[in-house]
Amino acid sequence: MPQPVGGFALKKRYSVFAIAREAARHHLGWERAWASPAPKAKYDAIIVGAGGHGLATAYYLGKNHGVRNVAIIEKGWLGGGNTGRNTTIIRSNYLQDPSAAIYEKSRSLYEGLSQDLNYNVMFSPRGVMMLAQTQHEIRGYQRTAYANKLQGVDTEFISPQRVKELCPIMDIDGPRYPVLGALWQPRGGTARHDAVAWGYARACSDMGMDIIQQCEVTAIHQSQGKVTGVSTTKGEISCDKLGVVVAGHSSVLAGMAGFRLPIESLALQALVSEPIKPCMDVVVMANTVHGYMSQSDKGEMVIGGGTDGFNNYTQRGSFHHIEETVRALVETFPMISRLKMLRQWGGIVDMTGDRSPIISKTPVGNIFVNCGWGTGGFKAIPGSGWAMAELMAKGEPGPLAAEFSMDRFRAGKFIDESVAAGVAH
Amino acid sequence: MLTFTCPYCGVHADETELAPGGEAHLKRFGPGSEDEAFEDYLFKRENPKGMHFERWRHAYGCGKWFLAARCTTTLEVFGTYPAQTTEPPQEIKDKISGKRPGWTWRLFS
Ligand SMILES: Cc1cc2nc3c(=O)[nH]c(=O)nc-3n(C[C@H](O)[C@H](O)[C@H](O)COP(=O)(O)OP(=O)(O)OC[C@H]3O[C@@H](n4cnc5c(N)ncnc54)[C@H](O)[C@@H]3O)c2cc1C
Ligand SMILES: [Zn+2]
Repeated sequence: MPQPVGGFALKKRYSVFAIAREAARHHLGWERAWASPAPKAKYDAIIVGAGGHGLATAYYLGKNHGVRNVAIIEKGWLGGGNTGRNTTIIRSNYLQDPSAAIYEKSRSLYEGLSQDLNYNVMFSPRGVMMLAQTQHEIRGYQRTAYANKLQGVDTEFISPQRVKELCPIMDIDGPRYPVLGALWQPRGGTARHDAVAWGYARACSDMGMDIIQQCEVTAIHQSQGKVTGVSTTKGEISCDKLGVVVAGHSSVLAGMAGFRLPIESLALQALVSEPIKPCMDVVVMANTVHGYMSQSDKGEMVIGGGTDGFNNYTQRGSFHHIEETVRALVETFPMISRLKMLRQWGGIVDMTGDRSPIISKTPVGNIFVNCGWGTGGFKAIPGSGWAMAELMAKGEPGPLAAEFSMDRFRAGKFIDESVAAGVAH
Repeated sequence: MLTFTCPYCGVHADETELAPGGEAHLKRFGPGSEDEAFEDYLFKRENPKGMHFERWRHAYGCGKWFLAARCTTTLEVFGTYPAQTTEPPQEIKDKISGKRPGWTWRLFS
């Protein structure tokens, strides 16, 4: 590994020339994308959780705020949590202003992310549509479209005919829930989930940050109301600041620090079919019948639905949810009825009462939390990391994070996105 | 598949017959209470990685609410009991202590 010297341009850059060069020498010269060092005794900042949000937080701490003496501690492997289990829908058509601001910041960062990280995250702005299948949904999405116009988010309400043009495999005359229109965000889409985690990890490692995998945080230490460090399965590590970015395990880490979060952990599942020829080049979400689908670059149909209703830490969900989701999607897309499903899996999502995230200071000095992204935080990775880095560097939230404080539940200042979050995505 | 025995009608039901209702044994706070107590009651669930006490409704059966002791890391059900109580019966507590020594829950253990 080349040793980083202050900057982060030392790793051999990926480019078309690099591919040609390595092809000429039988691909023997590729380097590991990130280092795996042993933990140091002390860091300026420790991030717990090397999912997308934790890694992006570290990246923008270094890039935007010059804080580079940072460790990212991960109990499993990086990107092995929800970041590597999600169905990769990216959109910013939420209703409330604080949500529009952070999700749109995030979506726009995705547009330049491959260049910024020098890592192809395969961002594909293929367009996302949310179907209106009841009168209530029509009114709801028209309202969202107007709100988005005021927020500067490019969405529109489209007719059933336009839906059919954009997605010919859809049956818009469905017997129970015909398609009555859709909220269309042409700049939404998908990205490669693993690549987002790997790209940020490589960039963090290049900045000299330590990514420590297979290392579980087991206790959080504090003195005089401020954090002093953590115990891990690889020993004690001190820090000045601690960022807790552990999604479904947020309540467990909060418990270690002695406070409670307004979070519940539930299982959310997804599944993919065998790969087939390209047949669908947009993302479709059907919130009334509770299912959504897109096609991956490999040709698999990527399918998701709703969460289970009970607390769960097992990364396994109940089968009847799969059945319900698939049943709904077969009505909407009759051609998938004879597809074989290849794989199915679950992740533990961190749900808040208003379906909006928490990016916040905590009752303990210099401990910050980023959680509550629930079923929809993949789209938010760059924007959330940006906002969390600002909060950790300055000790106070910037404009993106300000409204997402955990105190909003006490104050009654909810950011209610239960409609926009509709189907779990 | 998650299955529970309804303590009222005795039916051994799988979860498709039941509706989950979240954390059990909550102390309720209403208008006039401190903001913090009201927030705790409405939003700050225990959400433990381990033993959980929760409400279920036998929705497609007798229709009644009952309570259950279940582990969120193994999905093992330690027992069900009627909802008109503030603590699980001793028999269920003993069963939990056998497998999860040292467990506690808010005001009881
Ligand atoms: C099936 C499914 C489909 C989804 N689909 C979409 C979608 O289409 N679009 C969208 O925007 N979002 C979607 N999401 C949500 C999205 O995946 C998450 O919101 C997002 O990935 C959360 O990222 P994270 O970095 O916060 O968490 P994670 O990626 O879960 O990372 C948290 C990390 O913390 C680690 N950790 C936990 N405890 C400890 C400890 N004690 N010590 C050290 N490390 C610890 C974990 O091992 C984990 O790697 C979906 C989620 C699921 C499960
Ligand atoms: Zn019953």
